[in-house]
Amino acid sequence: MNTRGLRSQLKDSVPVTGMGQHVGAYGVQDTLRSGFSSVKNELLPSHALELSEKNFQLNQDKMNFSTLRNIQGLHAPLKLQMEYRAARQIQRLPFLQSSHLALDTLKGNDESISFEDILNDPAQSEMVGEPHIMVEYKLGLM
Amino acid sequence: MATLSVCQTQLGGFSFENCKRNAVLETEVTKVGCRMPAARKTGTTIVGVVFKDGLVLGADTRATEGMIVADKNCSKIHYISPNIYCCGAGTAADTEMTTQIISSNLELHSLSTGRLPRVATANRMLKQMLFRYQGHIGAALVLGGMDCNGPHLYSIYPHGSTDKLPYVTMGSGSLAAMAVFEDRYKQDMEEEDAKRLVRDAIAAGIFNDLGSGSNIDLCVITKGRVDYLRPHDMANKKGVRTGSYKYKRGTTGVLTKTVTKLDLEVVEETIQTMDTS
Repeated sequence: MNTRGLRSQLKDSVPVTGMGQHVGAYGVQDTLRSGFSSVKNELLPSHALELSEKNFQLNQDKMNFSTLRNIQGLHAPLKLQMEYRAARQIQRLPFLQSSHLALDTLKGNDESISFEDILNDPAQSEMVGEPHIMVEYKLGLM
Repeated sequence: MATLSVCQTQLGGFSFENCKRNAVLETEVTKVGCRMPAARKTGTTIVGVVFKDGLVLGADTRATEGMIVADKNCSKIHYISPNIYCCGAGTAADTEMTTQIISSNLELHSLSTGRLPRVATANRMLKQMLFRYQGHIGAALVLGGMDCNGPHLYSIYPHGSTDKLPYVTMGSGSLAAMAVFEDRYKQDMEEEDAKRLVRDAIAAGIFNDLGSGSNIDLCVITKGRVDYLRPHDMANKKGVRTGSYKYKRGTTGVLTKTVTKLDLEVVEETIQTMDTS
């Protein structure tokens, strides 16, 4: 559902803090996790579409919830977001591939195919995360 | 690099990791004096026309890669659904993948609604996808089909704008083809007249544009029937050699001759047809 008039809420412009920087404790750049930072790499996107693609799902959800709120009242997006939150919790350990079946069905992704399903399938990525570190990060212990 | 993958959730879709590297490579390559390899485009003349009971889509069959003809008989009329077909111009891979994705989406949609898909649905899906990628997907399409409301013909540009018209042309040969249409198009033609008109329009594109060539493919869509005529007309046949240029046996004198027999047994025989042209 593509609706207009919600431009002000879309996250397309380059944020001042730069993109992809992981801010660790105390608000400083997290060198352990994301390596050394270089201003040129972090500040500008490498392709015109990079930012808009990264935020595409977020923007679509925002627009849809905004429209729903305007048409049906606050309860509609609230109920939906509650269901999404519940469905998002049904997954495996972080380093394994979870199917996100419930979340996909709720969002309607089970009835459409796009480049996210064809290119760069995360199930077939060449790198595997270190299990211990990923679990510790997810639990907030690290 | 395992620590990097801890924080970022893996997402599918396009990955922009190599863009910076490609930009650097391009500057380096132009400094040396070469060029980056060109993507295979379809040059092309594609047309569509609505007649009394349906519509006719037409396309040439040449695919170019820079200045070279990459494919002398490529198929530019893609299947979207049993009643909807789409011709594609622009980057060959983009048109191929876009039409396949939309075809899959339409199939899922029609299974979910339980009805034959409409051309307007396919048009809307295509234009939303092309606009999302802001013209970086170079696919210019002519979409045509027959649904419960009659025949519909749309032209879709790479940036996402669409036009609904009774006759459209796209591609590098579009001006030559449009000249033929503007001269001879009439409303509510018969099927044979429409086929002849499309054939002449594509022929104009083939003979007057370097990016189009070879044969003419036609697709006639009417209620309940689709005729995919490939090739409908071979406008450019390759010449036939008039004489045999092989030397006769005995022209060169033979000094010695040894015959070595290889003992091989046939284990498995499979036939794979090639698209020869």
